[in-house]
Amino acid sequence: MATLTVPHSIPSPQEDCEQLHKAFEGWGTNENLIISILAHRNAAQRKAIRQAYQATYGKDLLESLLHEAHGDFEKLVLLWTLEPSERDALLANEAATKWHAANRVLIEIACARSSEELFIVRRAYHTQFKRSLEEDVAAHTKGDFRKLLVPLVSAYRYEGAEVNMHLAKSEAKLLHDKISDKAYSDEEVIRVLTTRSKPQLLATFNQYKNEFGNAINKDLKSDPKDDFLAALRAVVRLICSPEKYLEKVVRLSLNKMGTDETALTRTVATRAEVDLKVIKEVYQSRNSVPLEKAVKQDTHRHYEDLLLALLGCEEN
Amino acid sequence: MADENQLLKKAFSGHGGFGVDEATMVAMVTKWRRQPDQKSRFRRDFSEFFTTIGSIEKCEDDYLLRLKTEFSRFKNIMVLWLMHPWERDARWMHHVMHKSYPFTVIIEIACTRSSEELLGAKRAYQALFDHSVEEDVAYHIKENYSKLLVGLVSSFRYEGSQVDNEMAKCEAKALNSAIKSAGSGKLIQNEEIVRILTTRSKRHLKAIFKHYKELHGKPIEEDLGANLCLQETVKCIDRPAKYFSEAINNAFKEGADKQSKIALTRVIISRADVDMEVIKETYHKQFGIKLEDMITKNTHGHYKDALLSLVGK
Repeated sequence: MATLTVPHSIPSPQEDCEQLHKAFEGWGTNENLIISILAHRNAAQRKAIRQAYQATYGKDLLESLLHEAHGDFEKLVLLWTLEPSERDALLANEAATKWHAANRVLIEIACARSSEELFIVRRAYHTQFKRSLEEDVAAHTKGDFRKLLVPLVSAYRYEGAEVNMHLAKSEAKLLHDKISDKAYSDEEVIRVLTTRSKPQLLATFNQYKNEFGNAINKDLKSDPKDDFLAALRAVVRLICSPEKYLEKVVRLSLNKMGTDETALTRTVATRAEVDLKVIKEVYQSRNSVPLEKAVKQDTHRHYEDLLLALLGCEEN
Repeated sequence: MADENQLLKKAFSGHGGFGVDEATMVAMVTKWRRQPDQKSRFRRDFSEFFTTIGSIEKCEDDYLLRLKTEFSRFKNIMVLWLMHPWERDARWMHHVMHKSYPFTVIIEIACTRSSEELLGAKRAYQALFDHSVEEDVAYHIKENYSKLLVGLVSSFRYEGSQVDNEMAKCEAKALNSAIKSAGSGKLIQNEEIVRILTTRSKRHLKAIFKHYKELHGKPIEEDLGANLCLQETVKCIDRPAKYFSEAINNAFKEGADKQSKIALTRVIISRADVDMEVIKETYHKQFGIKLEDMITKNTHGHYKDALLSLVGK
């Protein structure tokens, strides 16, 4: 469930874009005004505002935000203002071109989107970057990671609920055999994880646990330092429960000495209209502290204000 | 009498031709009305189709099966003509999974359709078969070319005009190195070859093939040796009209097998509304005879008429 709060009646996109323009005028920037508008508009409304702004002032709202906002606040407001598919395309492009083995953003995007959503991202990627997502991922990754990531971002999984239990059993066994042989990047492992539908995979993971006693991720933990195993575990967890996976991303981002703003920004921006509410609930139950409190403690000023607004907190 | 028999025999075809001559058959029915002796004489004359067990006349089972195929060519082409292109492509790909079609059909569809057409076919596949085409290809096709096929079918290639020429040159060189270092049997599994062929845009690939020829003195197909998959992939991407024209020609060859003949219907139907003019030109240039004339010479009846209409004047 989303945390984004939109008032019952909102000004027209024209009025909103004029207010935003006022926020940019003169000395400094009125970040509170920006937040009061953008943090309370859904994707369709933000798109309408951007179009009105372009028509009225001859430039993209994002350009003005780029000039007028700064630091972590800027990064979050830019990411937030984009349409979900453009946002994902941008995040994917960054992740692909600056890829390293511990980066799991591509896995997040590939697994925590529906098949149709992922296709829309791939289309947006064409428009924005004049290349396909899969060609960039293929060109910037190597070896086992390429074998996993290219099919993952190219996946167009069947979205029906049908599950073949016979297949779930045989593929659970297949996974178990390969994992026992430490053949983690075996073609069959990759095939199952990157092509089967999500309901089929859930059934397979259940079979795995029933037949072999351990959850598949426990068996994939043989080497906690191995980045490829971590990537496989991420795939499994994102397919089973994106909210739990993302709660951990948020928890770790707030835990570090300082804060991993990139992860926090990305998670809040991409989930505020999806399931940030559930992520908050998971956070609360795991940490006995509401997420807002942790965010208040670890972040500051406008970045903090925007985060809290997107988290659904009442403005003071 | 003998002439009429010959005419009717030919109408029932199966003699390397395509389709059956429905008009002649019906004309004979009229002509031989109330003349069972005529039919008797015909049966005795037509030993490929009719035989006897003792004194009982019977049809040869093999011939009946062949007739079934020939009679259905018209039905098949009409149904396919009406079908949505996405459903057609989805069904053809599905036939490959269940071994009734050669895997090269997947290469044909994945490489000659536009990115949006391929997406449509994939959606249709899911709606028809409750699986994604990627999962079925990965599961049912276990040969060494399966990675190439899965990659081709998963692609959603960029279709804009931007091409990075420097990268294309670079990748032409990379392909050459990969070809030199991999053993010829292993080419199909080479990661760089598969990566480039399955992810780059078609314009980019055409640029690569052009640079390859300039840099290494010969077209890449020559260096790909006897590797059918890779050859077909390159051809479908670089010169689809040539690929289709050759597929049509294979159907008309002496001793063409069932699959090659089925390809005639598939190619004509799938390209009629797309690039048939270019294919006709290419065919004429390559084989020295007009496609229309080849069809007129070698096919019969309603099937022939349908093909000629699809191919256009």
